[in-house]
Amino acid sequence: MDAFLEFFSFADANVRYVTIGSVLLAASSAVVGCFTYLRKRALVGDAVAHAVLPGVCLAFILSGTKNPFILLIGAFITGWLSLICIDFITSRSRIKEDTAIGLVLSVFFGIGILLLTAIQHSGNAAQSGLDKFLFGKAASLVGEDLIAFSVVAVVLLVSTIVFYKELTLLCFDQAYARTIGFPVRALELLLTTLTVFAVVVGIQAVGVVLMAAMLITPAAAARFWTDRLPVMLVLSALMGAFSGIAGAFVSYTAPAMPTGPWIVLIISMIAILSFALAPSKGWVARIIRQRRNRSQMLEENLLKLLYHLGEQKQAYTAVHTLQELLQRRAMPEKQARAGLHKLRNQGYVKKLPEGWQLTTQGQRRGQRVVRLHRLWELYLTQYLHLASDHVHEDAETIEHIITPELEQKLMEELSFPVLDPHSSRIP
Amino acid sequence: MILQVDNPVVEVHDLTVSYDRKPVLWGIDLTLPAGSLVGVIGPNGAGKSTLVKAMMDLLPTGSGYVRIFGKSINEVRKRISYVPQRESVDWDFPASVFDVVLMGRYGKLGLFSRPRKADKDAAMEALVKVGMESFAKRQISQLSGGQQQRVFLARALAQNADIYFMDEPFAGVDIATETAIIELLRIMREQGKTVIVVHHDLQSAAEYFDWVVLLNMRLVASGPTGVALTQELLEQTYGGKLTVLSKVGDLLRKQDFPSREVKS
Ligand SMILES: Nc1ncnc2c1ncn2[C@@H]1O[C@H](COP(=O)(O)OP(=O)(O)O)[C@@H](O)[C@H]1O
Ligand SMILES: [Mg+2]
Repeated sequence: MDAFLEFFSFADANVRYVTIGSVLLAASSAVVGCFTYLRKRALVGDAVAHAVLPGVCLAFILSGTKNPFILLIGAFITGWLSLICIDFITSRSRIKEDTAIGLVLSVFFGIGILLLTAIQHSGNAAQSGLDKFLFGKAASLVGEDLIAFSVVAVVLLVSTIVFYKELTLLCFDQAYARTIGFPVRALELLLTTLTVFAVVVGIQAVGVVLMAAMLITPAAAARFWTDRLPVMLVLSALMGAFSGIAGAFVSYTAPAMPTGPWIVLIISMIAILSFALAPSKGWVARIIRQRRNRSQMLEENLLKLLYHLGEQKQAYTAVHTLQELLQRRAMPEKQARAGLHKLRNQGYVKKLPEGWQLTTQGQRRGQRVVRLHRLWELYLTQYLHLASDHVHEDAETIEHIITPELEQKLMEELSFPVLDPHSSRIP
Repeated sequence: MILQVDNPVVEVHDLTVSYDRKPVLWGIDLTLPAGSLVGVIGPNGAGKSTLVKAMMDLLPTGSGYVRIFGKSINEVRKRISYVPQRESVDWDFPASVFDVVLMGRYGKLGLFSRPRKADKDAAMEALVKVGMESFAKRQISQLSGGQQQRVFLARALAQNADIYFMDEPFAGVDIATETAIIELLRIMREQGKTVIVVHHDLQSAAEYFDWVVLLNMRLVASGPTGVALTQELLEQTYGGKLTVLSKVGDLLRKQDFPSREVKS
């Protein structure tokens, strides 16, 4: 708790640098990542991230200093070069894009590692710390870095806002964008440049290996929660920012913990949670939906059963025991009992000492299910020309999902029929 | 049976298009009259989509040129509208029906500016025309195939262009949608617009179009429906692949030959 207060008072300048830096980085790369993700270029981000390593090393070898701006310029150049290589390979040969990306990624990264090893063995005292580009070192961010971060973050955010309309269309329908005269090549170039920017800055904090995750994961997570792009952009930025703060906090309380990997870990957990919990698209929502469907089917089947039995005797309020019901239609007794109790709570059936009885509402609902069943059977035989003994199974499920509007339409198309294919009356 | 017209809206001159050096369209030479409903007809893989894309300058062309309203396409983009094949985009994109239709206004807006009220009105009007106004807020992934097609059509209508290129607007749509769309196209023709439609159903072609282009790797016919849509020409279009032509294409690719000699 103390650590919590201490951290969030931001009294320590170092804490401030690390936190602000992480948040800026994570939020701005998340926004750019949304477009990369929607353009289905997730792998490209990964390739750029790996391709900046040789640039950093070369810049160091040539300049002999670890000035962050010089190193970043080197990173920018090779990051860019890798994209041009990918473009060149795919357009000039029959190699597919994913192969080209893999090829470029491994060649550039390989050269980077080679250079890094060479530098480390060169005995140059200034080289210590260069390997932070591999896994990042957010905890060692200083004020100077922060200025670079802020500038880039602002550039990224402003560009995505200014070019929102253009980037959206580029991601959704590139061919159409060209036909209405958008400078598609230039826009592609812009998006690529923004991606490279995000990567180049981000690698200082999380390193080349994990950088791609910073671009793509927030976008993928945010996509689960919304179908609207503006919301998705904001949400991914917030998720990125949160993971930035959380990562900084973890490494503050446990100094042995590296900030960058923690940021990535946290954003990944957010993504997994989104996958599980998001409304309508998430995994839990799907399970709940399926369960609700199953219990709806069970209840309606019970009502239908009671209605059928009533139809036989021409007395819909007749009382039936559970055994009678089960004889007519095999189902697990426990389920049937639970379903009946639920129906009683909802006011569709009454429990009398002798057994179960439909209420007026229960009769209505049971009647509707039977009607839909028979209507659907009739529809299948008339419009799909199925044999009348083949339609029952289909109707068993369809009867539960037909909406009142569809029911009306069915009635019209079948011109308000009286009998189903088995000559039972349609109630 | 290739008729040329005076003052054409579209002129394709000696157009050859290749993918990866293999030509799929050879020496297409045609002109289309203004204010007509044109059907581009041919079997699968005949190069219909390729022709339309080449006309819209979406593909690099090996030789020849395309002129629209007597100008190169880049000068008249604002007067042209393209309806791509429905499968060409990912419908799981986070956008609503209205968002997509509004994209039809982007060309007029130009870079940097946001859609204004008038653009939103135009988008809504276009949605009304295709009978999709009640779906404006719907997420596009929840649409049926026919509805997706209508949305694409509405986007094109929102552009208010003079010439429309539509790639298979009737593919995978129900009869009601097809009738509604063709009705709309006829109204557009009455307003003097030219509509070029890639189509593959021969039955309805005669009824829908007043000019047809029969295509199968090369141009078989181009002329008024009455004279160009004949049994004999259809047989030429659909009957058998031109094996020699496609073999030669393969050779060009394998040996890295240009499809035309480079003029010095
Ligand atoms: N992007 C592409 N790369 C390589 N070949 C292609 C490409 N698109 C189409 N083709 C080939 O070009 C030919 C014409 O295709 P297309 O214009 O789509 O035909 P259609 O629209 O008439 O069905 C086909 O043989 C197809 O395989
Ligand atoms: Mg096609």
